[in-house]
Amino acid sequence: MAWTRDQMAARAAQELHDGFYVNLGIGMPTLVANHVAEGIDITLQSENGMLGMGPFPYAGEEDPDLINAGKQTITELRRTSYFSSADSFAMIRGGHMDLSILGAMEVAQNGDIANWMVPGKLVKGMGGAMDLVAGARRIVVLMEHVDKAGGAKFKAACSLPLTGAGVVDVIITDLAVFERADRKGAPFRLIETAPGVSADEVRAKTEAAYEA
Amino acid sequence: MARLYPDAAAALDGLLFDGMTIAAGGFGLCGIPEKLIAGIAASGVKDLTIVSNNAGVDGFGLGVLLHSRQVRKMISSYVGENKEFERQYLSGELELEFAPQGTLAERLRAGGAGIPGFYTKTGVGTLIAEGKEHKDFDGETYILERGIVADLAIVHAWRADPYGNLVYRKTARNFNPNAATAGRVTVAEVEEMVQPGTLDPDAIHTPGVYIQRMIVAADNEKRIENRTVRERI
Repeated sequence: MAWTRDQMAARAAQELHDGFYVNLGIGMPTLVANHVAEGIDITLQSENGMLGMGPFPYAGEEDPDLINAGKQTITELRRTSYFSSADSFAMIRGGHMDLSILGAMEVAQNGDIANWMVPGKLVKGMGGAMDLVAGARRIVVLMEHVDKAGGAKFKAACSLPLTGAGVVDVIITDLAVFERADRKGAPFRLIETAPGVSADEVRAKTEAAYEA
Repeated sequence: MARLYPDAAAALDGLLFDGMTIAAGGFGLCGIPEKLIAGIAASGVKDLTIVSNNAGVDGFGLGVLLHSRQVRKMISSYVGENKEFERQYLSGELELEFAPQGTLAERLRAGGAGIPGFYTKTGVGTLIAEGKEHKDFDGETYILERGIVADLAIVHAWRADPYGNLVYRKTARNFNPNAATAGRVTVAEVEEMVQPGTLDPDAIHTPGVYIQRMIVAADNEKRIENRTVRERI
């Protein structure tokens, strides 16, 4: 059985280590915050200028001056600090974020990631995604294993315009987890499959070359 | 030295001209200078290049200037919330330069700091890198990005003193301090003007040297773009 979105988020949460500073992308990656294990203390960054992001506010307590990068109302914590956008991306670009978890349309076997534009479709912009994949120390991609048409999303090479070249470290899909040892040519390895999903099924639904 | 003006029209008087570049603070609809945007709309100035992370929404924020067709070009990282923007862009009326969010913030910071360009890893190997100088440092490749100096910067702050010292509130800070430094002239719209000595000098976010003109805007709408709440248990 393939993992559900929540189970994928729970698997991604295992990548979080105690003390980490983490940026979670918009969409499925935000679910990861609900699955942080007991005893693991992490600090969430929101790239619009906040470290120590808290949960959504109670109704009636929304503050228009307090939003996350998805423009959702949120709350602060006792550890929270605020800063400008330039400072926010200085900490991202400067390698001070331990981990970022992002969605993707495609990932290539060399670690390229495409998640910001589809040629011929209206382009909304990359937001902070290019900065995050270039700057965070470890990049975890959380995506469905195949697209809506059944096509492989973990590919030999990305066909869509890249968000970053050779930057992905871990791929978590609804079927499997792939990881590579470094960004200097190490191949991705299949390290885990969802319960009841065989390595053969993963192979059949993957275009990329990887080590079993 | 910063001076206080009675309203946006007075504060913008003599600063606006067709074809100018304006840097605006704000992230989505959070921390945007609502009154100054309305003042620019009312002035009728046109062919503007607007440097702003986002383009507002239909009928609010910078969306107002798009609707009135005063904008020729946007330099932004994300413009997804605006149908009129989409229409003008697809019909070729509006030019768009995408800049990664951190690169955009740093371009403003650099411009304001007298730094004409800087190298960054962001965007290497992507469309953003095309046509830009590439240079290797310590075995890694970087691209050259240019600082931005705008003819005018408009920003929103929470509190100011008469010397133009500004304090922002929570995530309404965002691009405001960076835009504030990047204007040849910077106009700040503040929620509250306080007496000299009220603000802690150790906790000033934007020192007054960057601010030339100010207005007080105590009744802004401060619209919430994406209201999300949790249940009380």
